[in-house]
Amino acid sequence: MFETVQPAIFLMAENDPDDRLLVKEAFQESRVVNNLHFVEDGVELLDYLRQQGKYANPENFPTPDLILLDPNMPRKDGREALEEIKADPLLRHLPVVVLTTSKTEEDILRSYDIGAASFITKPVTFEALVEAVKGLGKYGVQIVRLPSKDT
Amino acid sequence: MKRKSRPVSILMAEDDPDDCMLVEEAFRESCLGNDLFFVHDGEELLQCLRQQGRYAAPAFAPRPGLILLDLNMPRKDGLEALEEIKADPHLRHTPVVVLTTSQTEEDVLRTYDLGVAGFITKPVTFEGLVEVVKAFGQYWFEIVELPNGGRVKSFSRNNSARRSSG
Repeated sequence: MFETVQPAIFLMAENDPDDRLLVKEAFQESRVVNNLHFVEDGVELLDYLRQQGKYANPENFPTPDLILLDPNMPRKDGREALEEIKADPLLRHLPVVVLTTSKTEEDILRSYDIGAASFITKPVTFEALVEAVKGLGKYGVQIVRLPSKDT
Repeated sequence: MKRKSRPVSILMAEDDPDDCMLVEEAFRESCLGNDLFFVHDGEELLQCLRQQGRYAAPAFAPRPGLILLDLNMPRKDGLEALEEIKADPHLRHTPVVVLTTSQTEEDVLRTYDLGVAGFITKPVTFEGLVEVVKAFGQYWFEIVELPNGGRVKSFSRNNSARRSSG
């Protein structure tokens, strides 16, 4: 029943290099078929999505099918970036999954209120992170249809 | 595995009674014991969410943690209802997942543009539907945090999970 899907393109906005590495390894371990790109803060995220600055070349920096976002980032924090994305008619269709250490009710509610598609609290163990990435891959890529890049 | 608090009700907007029954069975088959409530068009959906009309009494109006939405419904279709939900500051935090026969790119794009949390094309077989519901349950109730602290309830044969609107 699962269609063969083209590798989905994930873009993760995460300022912590250790967390970036962990997520990269979790994607590899979970064998989620994907291309995983990173940016390090909110300004880079918006530049990437708008194909501006150093991200002007769409071949090297393809439009993502799904964005993973840590709200706690410098320069432009994730909340601000999420608000900007969801306010931009050219970007707002992109599904954004918040992935963060925070699990306060307020942060959860606010993320959904601004327009996050889902909110995931970063698991504390690597094994649990792999499970989360597997689940995200299975649901977010195999089960759910993502908006087409060609629009 | 997440520590959770109270179980999540799911509100499904679906006009086809056979599809309602199939989804209910798929939930049972997947051992998802969440209360599943049905409304049958977009008007009913909004009334239920706003606790208006016959849903004014709290006992009859679930506060869903998640909405499953068919697009093709009479009176008010899914796209209109989704737009209204996401424009309403009291409702828009509730994740909405579209579950529809539609497969058009246009519908997919339009729903994400309006703020849907996911778009699922209804599988053609019951087994396929069960697989989808299992993955849906695993994602939404084991991996993701829902607003207002929801959780999955594991299914017990003693629960009467069968509900319907009105």
